[in-house]
Amino acid sequence: MSALVDEERLEAPPGDECAPPRITPHTTTEIRPWLRTPKTIWCPGCSNGTITRALIDAIISLRLKREKVVVVAGIGCSGRISQYLNVSTVHTAHGRALAVATGAKLADPSLDVIVVMGDGDCSAIGGNHFIHAARRNIDLTALVFNNSIYGMTGGQMSPTTHTGDRSTTSTRGNVEAAFDICQLGHAAGASYVARSTAWAYRQLATCIAGGIVHKGFSLIEAMAVCPVYYGRFNLTSDPAEFLRSQKEHAVPAAEFEEGESRGREHYPVGVLHHSERAELGESLARLRAQAQEALRG
Amino acid sequence: MPSEAILLQGNEAVAEGAIAAGARFFAGYPITPSTEIAEVLAQRLPEVGGTFIQMEDEIASLAAVIGASLAGQKALTATSGPGFSLMQELLGFAEMAQVPCVITNVMRGGPSTGLPTEPSQGDVMQARWGTHGEHSVIALVPSSVLECYTLTVEAFNLSERFRTPVVILSDALIGHMREAVVLPDPDALRVAERGEPDCEPEDYDTVASTLDNILPRPSLGSPFTVHVTGLVYNRKSGAPDTGDPAAAAELGRYLREKIYHHRDAIVQVEEYQMEDAEVAIFAYGSVARSARAVVKWARARGVPVGMVRPITLWPFPTSAVEFLSEQVRTVIVPEMNLKQIAWEVQAAVAGRARVVDYGRVDGRLITPAEIKELVKKEFHYHKWEAS
Repeated sequence: MSALVDEERLEAPPGDECAPPRITPHTTTEIRPWLRTPKTIWCPGCSNGTITRALIDAIISLRLKREKVVVVAGIGCSGRISQYLNVSTVHTAHGRALAVATGAKLADPSLDVIVVMGDGDCSAIGGNHFIHAARRNIDLTALVFNNSIYGMTGGQMSPTTHTGDRSTTSTRGNVEAAFDICQLGHAAGASYVARSTAWAYRQLATCIAGGIVHKGFSLIEAMAVCPVYYGRFNLTSDPAEFLRSQKEHAVPAAEFEEGESRGREHYPVGVLHHSERAELGESLARLRAQAQEALRG
Repeated sequence: MPSEAILLQGNEAVAEGAIAAGARFFAGYPITPSTEIAEVLAQRLPEVGGTFIQMEDEIASLAAVIGASLAGQKALTATSGPGFSLMQELLGFAEMAQVPCVITNVMRGGPSTGLPTEPSQGDVMQARWGTHGEHSVIALVPSSVLECYTLTVEAFNLSERFRTPVVILSDALIGHMREAVVLPDPDALRVAERGEPDCEPEDYDTVASTLDNILPRPSLGSPFTVHVTGLVYNRKSGAPDTGDPAAAAELGRYLREKIYHHRDAIVQVEEYQMEDAEVAIFAYGSVARSARAVVKWARARGVPVGMVRPITLWPFPTSAVEFLSEQVRTVIVPEMNLKQIAWEVQAAVAGRARVVDYGRVDGRLITPAEIKELVKKEFHYHKWEAS
């Protein structure tokens, strides 16, 4: 736990070994220099801006060096974050962010690489890269904006769209089952798994900070609000009402029963899993040292 | 200091050439007949402080190579036809985002799983036009083990200089063949380094590359906080700009011209016995080895045949073909595909000479005997011996 605690901005919540540090939110004046532009293409009521701010809050709180922060993003609404953040950014191809980030992190382990993906980006087209990045336990922080729909293309179902949900490609209701991205990441080997909502800003920023300081593959699922597509088709097109519903649906991980089913209106939030195991970059560094030692003979 | 001759396989030579060129990162996925490149680099890269990673597929392999290159390392991958197809998506990204990297395609019979252990030249057009959208590409074709080494070094130099992916089109014959080679002295090799742009980070957005001065790409983690994107971007600021047709046209033409403007510096062609040739054999890669034997055989009989061998296949050596079409009456194009390059030759010859195509797609080599028959037809008045 001690590794997670910064002196001033972060304080460890008492009595919880697994919980990440709490964050004191920064002011807009403090946030602004981390943005290239205050203008985004995100729809009114979209929560991507909130999640972006939480990410910046976490970065500032951890006092990361700006030039060492690299944000690698995929394609979709969430991918646009790469244009807005004032750090080194890569806007990759759809689904490929984690694979590009893997190369960048291994080539320069001093980088703090944060990978931003959408739910379709991460679990559909990038699903293979996702499970293998988790399996390798490479020191990346994967932040998944989960709005349960493909927003950029106009509201098609994704692997996280729940059974029965409507979208432009499931107008009669989705007949498929949804992925739980956190369970998927945990099963594949992610050593830090957390989930929060756009509603619970401070918890979200805290979960992200915990993921960044964790050495290994960190997964943070940010439950996003998409009133324009998902909400209008399924819940509500009122952003405030949508946000309030997150408060009701999110259950603290400690109160969530083992084996209890997770669904659209009932899911655990907070740090769901946290363990230490060999990180890929460190293992490769040891391998390199051994190979060079053997060569010297 | 001349080194001694060693016995080396083509794929091993690619791996050693990459290390000599300064490559310190390889990401790949096993596929016949390219796998030895991965195997050698898995062993060798850690010894020189580099990184080898076996990825989950070929898409991820090129993605990781791009990521490593963006973080400042020279990086490569190696594959064969089906894997090369999977890489086309990110080959387009690397061209659009101007990421230096090297992709070796050890060609085998296709399409699909095809003839996994047999040579082919079926991917020459895939290398040119495989990815989506308008783009230009550099592709080099080795025809010996030594060239697997030297052209890999050259591929890295070109990719750094022009900030572009470079494809090496080897094949199952060249990749698996062993030859005695004397490798060049590593200290005498010309190796292009990445470097950082010669300007202050705050000025970077205002200093755009020109055709004659292509700036190095700043690495991730440097004081230049760059934005790398596959979207159309403003060439000056690097910021995405999909709303301005003029910016899109400027970028699109620049990405093509930065290669074509330098065609003379990029394109390498070997001319063999062409001084007084009346018939030319236009052959590349492993087929050029058979063609060379035929030229020797014909010349021993006083028959004026020469060979033109493109070492650079893309950009296509159009001016070399135009030049030879003024000299010879026939250009014979033997290749292990059905007319892929013969069409290109025909376009450059533009009716000034006859183009004879000859193709095989059965995984067998084109032998000297087959090319001899084509040559004999061109000199039907010559008294050929019985054999």
